[in-house]
Amino acid sequence: MSNFSLIVLLLALMAVGYQLGMVRSRKVATVNPQQKMHSRPHHYGMMVGLWAVIPAFFILVLWTLLSPGVISNMVAAQLPEQALAAEGMNADVIMRRISNLAANFGVVAEAEQWELAAAAYMQQLKSSSALLLTGLIAAIAAAGLFFSYKRIQPQLRARHQIERTVKAVLIICSTVAILTTIGIVLSMVGETFKFFSFIPPADFFFGTTWNPRFSTTGVSEGSLTGSQGSFGLLPLLSGTMLVAVIALLVAIPLGLMVAIYLAEYAPAKFRATAKPVIEVLAGIPTIVYGFFALVTVGPFLADFGASIGLTIRATSALTAGVVMGIMIIPFISSLSDDIITQVPKALRDASLGLGATKSETVRKVVLPAALPGIVGAILLAASRAIGETMIVVLAAGNSPTLTANPFEAVSTVTVTIVNQLTGDNDFASPQSLVAFALGLTLFVITLLLNVVALVIVRKYREQYE
Amino acid sequence: MTAIETNSSGKVKMTARDVKVFYGDNEAIHGVNLDVIENEVIAFIGPSGCGKSTFLRCLNRMNDTIDICRVTGSIKMDGRDIYDPSLDVVQLRAQVGMVFQKPNPFPKSIYENIAYGPRLHGLASRKSELDDVVESSLRRAGLWNEVKDRLDQPGTGLSGGQQQRLCIARSIAVSPDVILMDEPCSALDPIATSIIEELIDELKQNFTIVIVTHNMQQAARVSDRTAFFHLGDLIEIGATNEVFTNPKNKRTEDYITGRYG
Repeated sequence: MSNFSLIVLLLALMAVGYQLGMVRSRKVATVNPQQKMHSRPHHYGMMVGLWAVIPAFFILVLWTLLSPGVISNMVAAQLPEQALAAEGMNADVIMRRISNLAANFGVVAEAEQWELAAAAYMQQLKSSSALLLTGLIAAIAAAGLFFSYKRIQPQLRARHQIERTVKAVLIICSTVAILTTIGIVLSMVGETFKFFSFIPPADFFFGTTWNPRFSTTGVSEGSLTGSQGSFGLLPLLSGTMLVAVIALLVAIPLGLMVAIYLAEYAPAKFRATAKPVIEVLAGIPTIVYGFFALVTVGPFLADFGASIGLTIRATSALTAGVVMGIMIIPFISSLSDDIITQVPKALRDASLGLGATKSETVRKVVLPAALPGIVGAILLAASRAIGETMIVVLAAGNSPTLTANPFEAVSTVTVTIVNQLTGDNDFASPQSLVAFALGLTLFVITLLLNVVALVIVRKYREQYE
Repeated sequence: MTAIETNSSGKVKMTARDVKVFYGDNEAIHGVNLDVIENEVIAFIGPSGCGKSTFLRCLNRMNDTIDICRVTGSIKMDGRDIYDPSLDVVQLRAQVGMVFQKPNPFPKSIYENIAYGPRLHGLASRKSELDDVVESSLRRAGLWNEVKDRLDQPGTGLSGGQQQRLCIARSIAVSPDVILMDEPCSALDPIATSIIEELIDELKQNFTIVIVTHNMQQAARVSDRTAFFHLGDLIEIGATNEVFTNPKNKRTEDYITGRYG
């Protein structure tokens, strides 16, 4: 039986166990009326269900992890020696051919007689393994169900068992989230170190030229800047920062004004409609923003610049920044609005009671009290802006030059990662590996931003509470 | 129900005539007539929900901040209708200060808490003048000696009683004529309460004080006159010792002797 149907079966068994446990606990309760049951009937039901499923599930997982290795070892052990020697091939390749044959995928070139025999043997092993597993699981599930069913007594503390299980599940879930983060970092760290074996870190972090020379072998065709091309981070970082700063310059004033209007001035009915509508801005796919920037905003800015005598390229840091700023408005407005609304009414009353006008109250009392939260919202928006990809791919011009002029085309870290990974570069070349170094740098930057956000929020909180 | 004015001597500061307050369609106060005399302490007492706080908040138009709240009738201060559309509510609130039930200092330093009002109203143009206003307000609120060395620390770090005195100092700092106090001691312990009561006694030399309280002993201790509210009506008003020793209305007597409320 396949693993999937086994899992379905186990779930069905759990439901059956639950019912059986409930019924049994009620019966036990009526048999011993003088003794109060320790737990509620559904606790006993759940206990039986869990005992039926959890041990069996562990066996299933273990078996699934271990059996392929065991099977291929068994197959490898009985391969004819002379065939291996004659073939002169790597053992891994042979095993791959055999398992492809066993799975009926077919292989390149004619299959040898001994290969077919081995494949047949492997198929046979696999089917008996599946049979064995089904039997084992059935036995363990039945045993778990039976013994826990028998154990139901008034003094059995089923509720404690359930609570322990729930706690374990919660711990496992949070561990998964943490392990994923660690896994992401580790996978990038490994590749990054490989990259630094080609390029010294100092050249990467302090290099001012980005010119990674397209090469499929990792060996350069030209020799202008050494054998590998130049992988200077600074032009990309400056482009990223330029675009992010422009985005924040657009989003902070607009977002804060929106938040103040919604929280302090707008009638409740208007607020209830306007807030979700503004939040839609955050839900628009970023590629659509990219189109918008490329087709509408860029040409508009270029024309506008021409009319006042400025040379603005249609695809520039300004175009990407402005559109990205629009995208992150809801991050700032929505969060700030929630935070401003949470400032206690007592503070507003105190200010109004002293003869302050509404706008004085907002500026001098409400906003300072909400500041930590607002700073948090802004930093959240900032890390979103730094990590944003599609808008800059389309609208920033993809020109990795070190410039502070917002009207020029720039490139960002994210755009470069896309460029380096979407070519037909060899994955072992520095041209591809640099993407991981860039990704890790980006990750560290946003992490630092979040840490700074936390520190600021905590500092203000001490001051204000 | 119309209350009977007794023993009113001295200059009338505020007059309320036929004041009704509505929350939506619900009439919370049914026509109150009442005078506030200059430099007196007048206490509003009555069971919860009797409308005494609502009426208090009419006196500086704090009810304006509640959308569904509507006030009819006339309230005059020094002969001028405070609900007149040509009157600036900001000016009114500078003249009629308010101290709330729960101490609500701003999340700013002690100094900034006091300086807030004077800055808004341009009462002090130089730093030294502002320093003087802050010091004299804190002195009059009896808080100066406790906080003079830590004016730059947050007002929210003070104890509850100190916070409430800070709030009183804050409202004194804009030199109002009238100070409204909405159960100012209900969140405080007995010692902090007695300090505030002494303070009220001193403040009445310069200010007119209207205080809402649940605590009848407090009303008896601090006020010159007492007004008893019940279910949105002003039942009885008179000199405090009259009201407490010789109430004219049966309901006042029942409330004061603890039969309900």
